[in-house]
Amino acid sequence: MSGSLVGQRILRKEDHRYITGKGRYTDDIQQVGMTYGCFVRSPYARADIKGFDVSQALEMEDVISVLTGLDVAADGLGGLPCGWMIHSKDGSEMRQPVHPVMAAERVNYLGEPVALVVAETKEAAKNAAELVLVDYEELTPVVDVASAAQGEQLYAEVPNNTCYEWGLGDEAATDEGFASAAHVTHIELTNNRLIPNAIEPRAALAEYNSGTDEIVLHTTSQNPHLVRLILTAFVQIAPEHKLRVIAPDVGGGFGSKIFIYSEETALAWASKKLGLSIKWTAERSESFLTDAHGRDHVTKAALAMDSEGQFLAFKVSTTANMGAYLSTFASSVPTYLYGTLLAGQYRTPAIYVEVNSVFTNTAPVDAYRGAGRPEATYLVERIVEKAAGEIGLNPAELRRRNFIGKDQFPYQTPVALEYDIGDYEASLDKALEMASYETFEQRRVEALARGKLRGIGLSCYIEACGLAPSQVAGALGAGVGLWESGEVRVNPTGSVTVLTGSHSHGQGHETTFAQLVADRLGLAIEDVEVVHGDTGKLDFGLGTYGSRSLAVGGSALSVAADKVVEKGRKIAALLLNTEVDNIAFDAPVYKMMDSNETKTFQEIAFAAYVNHDWPSDNLEPGLAEKAFYDPLNFTYPAGTHICEVEIDPDTGVTEIVQFVAVDDFGTIINPMIVEGQVHGGLAQGIGQALLEQAVYDESGQLVTGSYMDYCMPRADNFPDFKVGMTCTPCTHNPVGAKGCGEAGAIGSPPAVMNAVINALGGVEIDMPATPEKVWRAVLSSQAQKIA
Amino acid sequence: MYSFKMERAESLTSALERFGDSDDAVYLAGGHTLIPAMKQRLRAPEDVIDLSGIPGLRDILVTQDGIEIGAMATHAAVAGSAHVKTHIPVLADLAGGIGDRQVRNRGTIGGSIANNDPAADYPAAVLGLDARIVTDRRTIASGDFFKAMFETALEPDEIIRAIQFPKIERAAYLKFPNPASRYAMVGVLIACISDEVRIAITGAAPSVFRAADFEVALSESFSESSISELTLPSDTMNDDIHASADYRAHLCKVLIGRGVQMLSDH
Ligand SMILES: Cc1cc2nc3c(=O)[nH]c(=O)nc-3n(C[C@H](O)[C@H](O)[C@H](O)COP(=O)(O)OP(=O)(O)OC[C@H]3O[C@@H](n4cnc5c(N)ncnc54)[C@H](O)[C@@H]3O)c2cc1C
Repeated sequence: MSGSLVGQRILRKEDHRYITGKGRYTDDIQQVGMTYGCFVRSPYARADIKGFDVSQALEMEDVISVLTGLDVAADGLGGLPCGWMIHSKDGSEMRQPVHPVMAAERVNYLGEPVALVVAETKEAAKNAAELVLVDYEELTPVVDVASAAQGEQLYAEVPNNTCYEWGLGDEAATDEGFASAAHVTHIELTNNRLIPNAIEPRAALAEYNSGTDEIVLHTTSQNPHLVRLILTAFVQIAPEHKLRVIAPDVGGGFGSKIFIYSEETALAWASKKLGLSIKWTAERSESFLTDAHGRDHVTKAALAMDSEGQFLAFKVSTTANMGAYLSTFASSVPTYLYGTLLAGQYRTPAIYVEVNSVFTNTAPVDAYRGAGRPEATYLVERIVEKAAGEIGLNPAELRRRNFIGKDQFPYQTPVALEYDIGDYEASLDKALEMASYETFEQRRVEALARGKLRGIGLSCYIEACGLAPSQVAGALGAGVGLWESGEVRVNPTGSVTVLTGSHSHGQGHETTFAQLVADRLGLAIEDVEVVHGDTGKLDFGLGTYGSRSLAVGGSALSVAADKVVEKGRKIAALLLNTEVDNIAFDAPVYKMMDSNETKTFQEIAFAAYVNHDWPSDNLEPGLAEKAFYDPLNFTYPAGTHICEVEIDPDTGVTEIVQFVAVDDFGTIINPMIVEGQVHGGLAQGIGQALLEQAVYDESGQLVTGSYMDYCMPRADNFPDFKVGMTCTPCTHNPVGAKGCGEAGAIGSPPAVMNAVINALGGVEIDMPATPEKVWRAVLSSQAQKIA
Repeated sequence: MYSFKMERAESLTSALERFGDSDDAVYLAGGHTLIPAMKQRLRAPEDVIDLSGIPGLRDILVTQDGIEIGAMATHAAVAGSAHVKTHIPVLADLAGGIGDRQVRNRGTIGGSIANNDPAADYPAAVLGLDARIVTDRRTIASGDFFKAMFETALEPDEIIRAIQFPKIERAAYLKFPNPASRYAMVGVLIACISDEVRIAITGAAPSVFRAADFEVALSESFSESSISELTLPSDTMNDDIHASADYRAHLCKVLIGRGVQMLSDH
């Protein structure tokens, strides 16, 4: 590695186009003869469809076609599959109700699409959609997650509305731990349901070319190849080579754009059926109703300790809401992305977790920034903090006593994962120092004098990122391997085009990946262009989620760059008339070791394409190399977050007065981008803790269907974040990177809630800690003091 | 949004005429309530009559006994007006806390009070400062103007020309914003007008109202202790996912107390 670019705070190459309005998002694309789609959606959470009457809609001017769920069924389209098979404790396969592209007989959540109107104008499509008459017979819905198993039977093939009853860990050993415990801490909590709210709503533009029989689908996807695979292999809209999926600039996803939804599927199908180009862009209210939501767990757990506060055993029982259908990765989120993280940063020898996932008449729930890991961290860090209070030990000290030591890696946890490396005390110590933890008591007293209740809370999180070693993922039920592809294509003039299967929708890959490759080859970052998001240009790729882009996609590029360097050595040897072993690469120059003759990288690149004299059997012309990188293990970013709050006891308003995040992401390519990811993650995590909550009423109507009621965090909800880093490079990938995209959202909620609960003198409340909840908790804590 | 016809009136008379000629017309001021409602297809007028071209409607004038603010004055204009800041600082303060910058640069005082959103800020100022609403045909006292949620004394075609505020220096507006919408979940305007204390509360109930008991107690003795035994009835309060009726009643009292403190410190 030349070392001149990695670690630099280079401004993001893509930002110029974003902030000057030159981004090209799906909705920006205009095509000649383009038509518009509008979906007719269920106004009920659960109802039988007795019939459709599309005649009035079809009579409207400019209306081309109305396709309903009946047409979907008649064309034999498959349902939208879930890509992760989970087996229940008894070995049976999870129950998967058919997830129709558009419903024909029964709707199961508010906003579920039942028909698609295609018209010459957006307005005509929307007006006609109001005239599609659907005869519904309303049914009693199941909305509440905790009682869903006892509710009305939603699907004949899903007894007790239960998708699976999954378990992980050694129950007998865990029970033994409890039997010998000196102290047991119990907790009950909910992990509140969230709505993702990417700044760009979902959109799709499907164009069928009858000349080539090809469909080109532009869509807001984090993983265009998966869209193509599912639409072709499962839904069977077209053969895979006749569908090109392009995810152009995409305005954020946070997980919600991983999944394959009804809308792009219906559009691709309709474009071919009608021979048209059709665009649909979600309105914000459609996003609220139909983007896959996140979290939504209720949990009971207990932690057993010995008299010294050593953790002996941890037992967890969670009910997770899947919503009405299994979204693309939904089943994996409360299982392999949750249960496996319950060891946290600790040596807890025995852990047992049971998760029942249930169906309800709500929007599908799937991965949302962190996906399972925030839920695990929230539970572990809340109960550890509570345990410290109960046994009268400083919460930092209790954690320290139970940390996996830095000399104990690799560390096999009782819940399947093997952590490769970490130094948890280093992050804790740094965070404590940055937070002036020692002097907190003074600040508490000073705040009290001003009438404010001040509290401090810790969270020592770990996550499993860099999804995922294909063999492990496969053994856990993933339908695909989770490697990534990358190509480094050197142009004749020595500039480089990098192709990656990792999609960028705000993360800054166009900078980070260019920085990585330019660093390896000794080029200027301007000379490296990153291409992503088009199945017509790239090898198969698995996309962006699970903080995997740099750790997996970047590693693929690193390997490909090494291959380029190697091939360059051969070409240099040819040009310098020497042996390959006699050539060293000191980026960007190839040197002959036994003389001072050199060739620059540019000279090699040029020669690779214009040279006429190739020794045919061992050296081909050209300089472009690919790699498919399959990680050897997950990566394990970890760190400590410390939050300090002040509560106004009269109003219940909580203000975050200090937030410290110290993270170990391994090797960092661009600290500025990483800090940006941390800030964004913290905003989402703090948003979950204090502000955000999706609320359905008893009839399954979404109460928080707009920003008037869904409380999005804003800049003035946050203090200036204090962000610090520690570094133990990942041991098993060539970049040393662990991933940073989700950490903020994973680590912060328990830090905030522990601080709130600390300020409240131990009175527990669930997220979000709204002013009214906090005010009521203040009243009950005052009542407790008096009693 | 359904299609509609848009016209720009050049005088009050022509606006009234056009309104009369249409079966289904609506006036447009800043459009920050009307346009979103039309986009969501909750409102579908045939004719939209834009008031922004009518001369004089944006003026902010100092009159003999107060300040007259044209109905089309934006929140930003009121917040930034030297006259308002000097003579009714609380009004500048209130206007400066409405929505965000974009909202303040479009939304108007006339539109806000004509709309009478239960969570809007201005109704508290109009009622609390005892302003008068001047329309194309009459002057309406503040106590007669706000009828119920989204309902006012205005006749369907009646246009607000201006709002006349008395000069009042000793007044405070305390807003507890709804965390999601940032409209007032509870907004308390408390004003000392010579010997009388007036308190108007917005956000808490279906329409702005005065806290009569508190006014009496504070008019007698302007101190927190004089209201310590008083409560607001929660049975008339709004109740939603953000705040129960009890909590809103509690917040009203907290904010009144803080207002008293602020004005006592003066
Ligand atoms: C994002 C956002 C945040 C907001 N936050 C707040 C807040 O925190 N606090 C708050 O108080 N408000 C808030 N508002 C509302 C905003 O400040 C305006 O007060 C409100 O939109 C109405 O004023 P307007 O000029 O936009 O009226 P319009 O939307 O143009 O009209 C509203 C109604 O009043 C009628 N009307 C308008 N002018 C007259 C007139 N002169 N005579 C008779 N009838 C008339 C119209 O016909 C229409 O029915 C917010 C709005 C938005 C979009």
